[in-house]
Amino acid sequence: MDFRDAPEESVFRQRLRAWLEDHNPGLPTSSTDDAYWAGMAAWHQALYDAGFFGMSWPTAIGGHALPTVYEVIVDEELALAGAPPRPSLGYLVQGMLEHGSGAIRQRFLPGIVNGRDRWCQGFSEPDAGSDLASLSTRADRSGDEFVITGHKVWTSYSDDAEWCLLLARTDHDVAKHRGISAFAVPMHQAGIEQRPLRMINGVTKEFGEVVFDGARVPAANMIGEPGEGWPLAMTVVSHEREPGELGYVARYSKVVNDLTRRVHEHRGSVRPEHQRELGWATVEVEMLRLHVRRRLSERLDGITHGPQGSVDKLLMTWVEQSVGHASLSIGGAAHGGGDDTPLHTYLYSRAQSVMGGTSQIQRNLVARRILGLPG
Amino acid sequence: MDTRLSTEQQALRDSAVRLVDQLGPHAVRDLGDPERTAKLDAAVTAAGWRDLRDGTDGDAPLASGVEVGILAEALGRGLAEVSFFGPTLASELRRMAGVAASGVLETVVFDPGLTSVARVVPGGAAQGVAVDGQGASRALLLIVGADGAHLAQVGLHPDPVGPDLTRPSTVLDPGIEVVPVPGATRPFTEEALDRWTALGLALACADLVGVMEGAVQLATAYATERHQYGAAIGSFQAVQHLLADAHVLTEGSRSVTLHASWAVDELPTAEALDAAAVAKAYCTRAARQVCETVIQVHGGTGNTWECLAHVYLRRSLLSGDLLGDAEASVTRVLRHRGIGGDHGLP
Repeated sequence: MDFRDAPEESVFRQRLRAWLEDHNPGLPTSSTDDAYWAGMAAWHQALYDAGFFGMSWPTAIGGHALPTVYEVIVDEELALAGAPPRPSLGYLVQGMLEHGSGAIRQRFLPGIVNGRDRWCQGFSEPDAGSDLASLSTRADRSGDEFVITGHKVWTSYSDDAEWCLLLARTDHDVAKHRGISAFAVPMHQAGIEQRPLRMINGVTKEFGEVVFDGARVPAANMIGEPGEGWPLAMTVVSHEREPGELGYVARYSKVVNDLTRRVHEHRGSVRPEHQRELGWATVEVEMLRLHVRRRLSERLDGITHGPQGSVDKLLMTWVEQSVGHASLSIGGAAHGGGDDTPLHTYLYSRAQSVMGGTSQIQRNLVARRILGLPG
Repeated sequence: MDTRLSTEQQALRDSAVRLVDQLGPHAVRDLGDPERTAKLDAAVTAAGWRDLRDGTDGDAPLASGVEVGILAEALGRGLAEVSFFGPTLASELRRMAGVAASGVLETVVFDPGLTSVARVVPGGAAQGVAVDGQGASRALLLIVGADGAHLAQVGLHPDPVGPDLTRPSTVLDPGIEVVPVPGATRPFTEEALDRWTALGLALACADLVGVMEGAVQLATAYATERHQYGAAIGSFQAVQHLLADAHVLTEGSRSVTLHASWAVDELPTAEALDAAAVAKAYCTRAARQVCETVIQVHGGTGNTWECLAHVYLRRSLLSGDLLGDAEASVTRVLRHRGIGGDHGLP
């Protein structure tokens, strides 16, 4: 057992650290400010071009085919430098890697990985949130195309996206889980209306709703077989539950480091109970950092994504919300002006127990699939 | 970076779990059965588990923090009524002081709040609690003289007290004679004592992880067997969610504890102590929630002496307090980051 870097890992870490000295774009913490989203594409491309993105993905799609522990190193160094976290789109990549044909993978994945193509994920609908399989957006065959009709909501990055990974019903005569297919749908076309949603912290760039009214997608853009949409969605959400995949340790570490600096600067004026809240948030973030190392090491044994993702999602949620509370206590709610970042960090943290599957759904999965309790 | 257990470590874990399953208690009425506990103690002695931190002067111990952590976890999981934490820390003190293992079973005297090893001035009265000393005839503490803290010992006459039904403590008689350990001429540095504390915290965390794992297993089995409204109570989401949270907290605790156990021998002292404090804060708070949940899931049964749930909770109370409770550990974490305060620490 060794929590330390192996020699080649250490060389990589030093190279990244040196690069970050000159290339930190100094964006605000993600999810608290539209300025982050405006600068994210350039940040993604800069990371990719310098060889610090997609560390564990296949080289054929622009990755580096290294062990997943390299992702941990990237996250740690980004946090240490106070740089923005890496864009979290590993779940899209994994979904397409696992379910897409060779042609689909070759056509779409390089653009996702190098940051030139922006994607959103059209899963949830107004009447299909936790019960995703009951979605009603339909894709009807018409010659070489499918015609899409329906309404997607809580869609991340929809206003920026050129492409949408869409789940739609293609077969109405089978059980609801079996009639869903997945498509790569071009977003810039008549028949698609995209409306940003304003999140409770004021951010408008992250969240949107998309109305499909006769939008068209070539049949060749189906990802996987007809009816393979549900297994693909399960692959995507299982990766969406993993802090190692998302790189969120960097985001949480950055907030805790900023708050620690704030306490040092305002020594004496931060109430002791608020300092203790920071202490607990520090403990939580450390836990997640070490938990991710443990999980990625377990993956060396070939342990793949099972219900443990739900354990990790719950841990990650508790960490984010503990960091959110510390942020509110130490940063303040900025009554009457001042810096709103801590307030925005806190408000955004409330979404973590919903997105990627609510905490209640995760608890159901842990209870039934890990503890073996009756369903 | 690879945090997996080695093949040998996995084998050690499997054999420890087997031994404790075979010789540990399986019901409250089993607790303290002299015949079985004697067998358990003999098996632990034969396996040499309590000697793993022995070593000759200047040498590394026989086994790392990871291995002793593996054993502590197995013992906690099975509620083993056998001393391990105390003797392991006693042996660590001897090795650090450069004096040979004594050949008799020893434990350690803690200050009355259990936050550190007890210290006494020459000729002063000893105050403190010898923890986890079943079968021990002696306990170690420190005499603090002009040239620093030296290893000392007291004779032990067990008079069981404390919350833990599986690891009783003994309060020292204030008039007890404290004598220097022969040959312990070199004083402890504060740094050495910090590293000793890191080992103790990591061991307490490993015990807590085992306790949580065993407790969740107990409650999960009960929720599957116990029926109300014509269904197993484990089929109700209200109960499922309690147990799911308990499992998740156990897994988070496992991750921090693994790191703390590794750090004992591998990181600079200040970082090893910080890793241990992070783990202790997390595990202690988690264990409180997990063990209370396990009592709740057992309902009325969980509030009776005959149910093992309170034995887990009680064991977690001792391990939770050893060398600093959750709040004292958070204080350590903040201090390491340059943020002051002395909440809960001496």
